[in-house]
Amino acid sequence: MKTAERQFTTISAVPIEPVYGPEDLPGFDPARELGGPGEFPYTRGIHRDMYRGKLWTMRQFSGFATPEETNRRYHYLLAQGQTGLSVAFDLPTLMGYDADHALAEGEVGKCGAAISSLEDMEILFRGIPLGEVTVSMTINSPAAVLWAMYLAVAEQQGVEWSRLSGTLQNDILKEYIAQKEYIFPPRPSMRLVTDTIEFGARHTPRFNPISISGYHIREAGSTAVQELAFTLRDGIEYVDWALERGLTVDEFAPRLSFFFNAHSDFFEEIAKYRAARKIWASVMRDRYGTTSERSMKLRFHAQTAGCSLTWQQPYNNVVRTGLQALAAVLGGAQSLHTNSLDEAYALPGEHAVTIALRTQQVLAFESGVTGTPDPLGGSYFLEKLTLETEAAAKDYIARIDGMGGMIAAIEDGFPQTEIAAASYRYQREVEAGERVVVGVNRFQSEDPPIELLQIDESSAGHQREKLAALRRRRDNDRVRKALDALKHAAEGTENTMPYLVEAVRAYATLGEICDALRAVFGTYQETAHI
Amino acid sequence: MPRPIRVLVAKPGLDGHDRGAKVIARALRDAGMEVIYTGLRQTPEMIVNAALQEDVQVIGLSILSGAHNAIVPRVLDLLREKEMTDVQVVVGGIIPDEDAAALKRQGVAAIFQPGASLEEIVNFIRGAVPA
Repeated sequence: MKTAERQFTTISAVPIEPVYGPEDLPGFDPARELGGPGEFPYTRGIHRDMYRGKLWTMRQFSGFATPEETNRRYHYLLAQGQTGLSVAFDLPTLMGYDADHALAEGEVGKCGAAISSLEDMEILFRGIPLGEVTVSMTINSPAAVLWAMYLAVAEQQGVEWSRLSGTLQNDILKEYIAQKEYIFPPRPSMRLVTDTIEFGARHTPRFNPISISGYHIREAGSTAVQELAFTLRDGIEYVDWALERGLTVDEFAPRLSFFFNAHSDFFEEIAKYRAARKIWASVMRDRYGTTSERSMKLRFHAQTAGCSLTWQQPYNNVVRTGLQALAAVLGGAQSLHTNSLDEAYALPGEHAVTIALRTQQVLAFESGVTGTPDPLGGSYFLEKLTLETEAAAKDYIARIDGMGGMIAAIEDGFPQTEIAAASYRYQREVEAGERVVVGVNRFQSEDPPIELLQIDESSAGHQREKLAALRRRRDNDRVRKALDALKHAAEGTENTMPYLVEAVRAYATLGEICDALRAVFGTYQETAHI
Repeated sequence: MPRPIRVLVAKPGLDGHDRGAKVIARALRDAGMEVIYTGLRQTPEMIVNAALQEDVQVIGLSILSGAHNAIVPRVLDLLREKEMTDVQVVVGGIIPDEDAAALKRQGVAAIFQPGASLEEIVNFIRGAVPA
């Protein structure tokens, strides 16, 4: 007799049966549920030959202090064999404030590179050929402004916009849901995102104007299913807005990209990536009627879970990250960031980031997992988990449809409340010892301190001086005119991108541009729920 | 029956990562305390004013961005200015050891670094507030 048998669950509290077999997959039709690699519904991956044809891009998210220092780190990473760049901006930049703003006090260069003007962007990419290196930029509320700066730097380098390849994160919905770095209210924010998607469709055919992100939703404490469902529903919202703008689905859908977390529960994560591709392919085909394979294929970047890193025994983080990265690769990621062992403390030091990059190189060149696509496909457990993940995510998507879409759901606090409840449940389980975190609630020991990256307090002063000099040197009349024209465009329905490009060319600062938009759009405050 | 302990949980600075602040707020509430959560992007002035108006005994600051050395001393200064030094200030987040020691010298009652248990935080606050 079975009494009080221990429950096994995934980290997201999904029950796991003692054993899985063919009886768990009644009527399972591999042709319908999986297809081959590179075939609808792309459960097994978007390419027939996957990593045999091309490895994932090893793209370490990086940025700290001044653009000068970050530029040096980029040159170092490229020299170490990294294959793409990913820019981290500091909090004032993310919030649309210049380095000399009162609210930037104590924050300049702390969480990323401080970029207040085109001059800073020029320094950030000095000596980096933008026609050859793909660049991802983690920027959301003011994404259109930073992208305009990027386009202006490319122009200075003599690189045609049509040759630029990279990704703008630009996913404002997950900011309201999870990361909370928003400036404007949802609707004007969505208009700016749609402006970039439209502009990209016309001028930068190789650039992803958006990276629809579950990463931050997961970091905020969601389950794997919530991460998947809210992200895909966000994607649907962006598609609806772009169609409303008058674009046809195949003009922009092939350039929508996604970004997922690579968390610690190995099989749950792989199931999540497989379900993501499968659901998105059906959404694009059935909800939007596309017949273009490029529009149906979900391409994604993955980053290992920052929230899983521990302050205690930090070297264990190398192992956690390695396993998470393996899940992302077995799940068919197109690009990957591996966290550094010191990131529970600070932005990564050079030694730590090198180990993180080497982790990917070991996976790519030593582990053998790149030899064949979706090597775990057909596992009873993984297939069952993929089906369950798909069903649970579709259920959430239907609920949000029923609420009138993601903006209405956000305004009701629905995804926020779901995530907070999941995060609290998890913390309670850790507290009760039901979830083991090695080195934290089990197997504790003292660890010698590790060497950390220090952000020089002089960065803020350096940035402020550069800004003061820029404001004296530039043609302030041209700046004023450009900002007035931008405001006028923002008040109407024109695409704001050309006006943003002109404003940054005139060296209007990020803060000045965002102030102009704040004056037109207003700002957003959420109602805080606990 | 003694009056429940009143705590203001605040998220200063530009950072929006509120997972920790929300988990702590819920845990303190479940432990029987009265919790006021300020929401995001509170300046030290807003936080101290809210603490005064809400008549709290404890202010909990959640800071993950590295801006603690600019924010926390300002909160302590304002509490002194307003003669509210009986209000205990606790800080949670990514605070390196040497900064934690310095902030404690300036008057912070406790610093909780990543991995601190909810129980430890609840117990500290119960012990720090006179019944």
